[in-house]
Amino acid sequence: MDGILQAARGAFGLIVSGDAALAEIVLLSLQVSLSAVALATLFGLPLGAAIAVGRFSGRRAAVVLLNALMGLPPVVVGLVVYLMLSRAGPLGGMGLLFTPPAMVIAQAILVLPIIAALCRQAVEDAWIEYEEQLRSLGAVGLRAALTLVWDIRFSLLTAILAGLGRASAEVGAVMIVGGNIDGVTRVMTTTIALETSKGDLPLALSLGIVLIALVIALNAAAFLVKEAAQRRYG
Amino acid sequence: MHASRGILPLALHDVCFSAGGQAIIDRVSTELAAGPSTIILGANGAGKSVLMRLMHGLLQPTSGEIAWNEPDAERLRRRQAMVFQRPIMLRRSALANVIYALEVARVARAEREQIAFEALESVGLTQLAHRPARVLSGGEQQRLALARAWALHPEVLFLDEPTASLDPTATREIEMVIRAFDASGTKIVMATHNLGQARRLGDEVLFINQGRLVECAPVETFFKQPASAEAAAFIKGELPWNRCADRCWRPC
Repeated sequence: MDGILQAARGAFGLIVSGDAALAEIVLLSLQVSLSAVALATLFGLPLGAAIAVGRFSGRRAAVVLLNALMGLPPVVVGLVVYLMLSRAGPLGGMGLLFTPPAMVIAQAILVLPIIAALCRQAVEDAWIEYEEQLRSLGAVGLRAALTLVWDIRFSLLTAILAGLGRASAEVGAVMIVGGNIDGVTRVMTTTIALETSKGDLPLALSLGIVLIALVIALNAAAFLVKEAAQRRYG
Repeated sequence: MHASRGILPLALHDVCFSAGGQAIIDRVSTELAAGPSTIILGANGAGKSVLMRLMHGLLQPTSGEIAWNEPDAERLRRRQAMVFQRPIMLRRSALANVIYALEVARVARAEREQIAFEALESVGLTQLAHRPARVLSGGEQQRLALARAWALHPEVLFLDEPTASLDPTATREIEMVIRAFDASGTKIVMATHNLGQARRLGDEVLFINQGRLVECAPVETFFKQPASAEAAAFIKGELPWNRCADRCWRPC
């Protein structure tokens, strides 16, 4: 118990003092996770909407596959991205391995199915409600999909937040493709894993507290935005 | 006005529609000409809404033929509009809802706002143009749905029980709008089970029962001298009915 209290005191000390190393790690973590979520959102929302509204052979298999991919193991994704970006891999020439962009790619691959699958479900539910009206107006296919995505955009915030939760909590993939290099690719989750194994519990705990606080703050902000928007747009 | 080069007449030849092995529309043949407003009348579940959706193209017949006086599918779609019993409003302002319909119909961007305001004015919603559509009352939303359809200047306007869930005041407002659209030359095709509304708004009646077109007559004739026992019973309010083995109908 004393050990936990000591670690907690140390953690609060680091946070309050504005430790430069801690701030650097937090900033890089935010950059990587937010970039990955932005990338996954860019491709995931249209993909989810297209599967929701589209009627094509193999659609049901695509839905099942998309849902299954939500449970992609991060270490497997990390390994595959590592193989692609390693010097002997097809994209090795780009020199991205052990850089933040590699971590963004790995996290985006993990997050994309989550955003796409949740978007697909939300758009499909909306399509049931809107279909006749949109078809009557002549809005079908891509136009209908984009209309639905825009109309339920505040509900889709939840899907994006779920993706952000996955990205910010992920450790396996970024550890493999980033290498956890101090000052270069060290993020909150990899630092927590490293410092815990080294026995530096105050730093690990302080990062844990910051990580949880950030996730709560982002979710609270998104919730407030959603509420304000719903009041305004109905 | 539209008869010479419009999309009407609309001809239905032995149109059938089945779902889940059950016949919803059974060999309906009729023709809708430009001019008189047509009321599709019948009890709940008679097949009125399905018949209207078949005419509008939202459903395809299981068998039979639906023929418009317009071979071009895109032009045909743009010359007709439909208002549903429960209006579906996009999560944006009343004005933006009308503009969206114009955008989909590829109306020039510069003209959209003016046309949308004119449409809102025609249903008395100018003051609410910038209010979110989804916070409007049921009657206001239905008037907005009419404005959205009207903005497209349709030759044929399908109305699927547009006042079914509205109070008498809102119903009266909607009926006034429908009358104005009718007077402007738009062909009104409206489904309802409301006899009073059929008398007030209709010129001719298509009476549907159990998916069959039982009677097609001018509204005066239909109410004064119904030609079928089913229509007579419906007008008298003798419901529900039991089906006889020989496909005739009688009240309980």
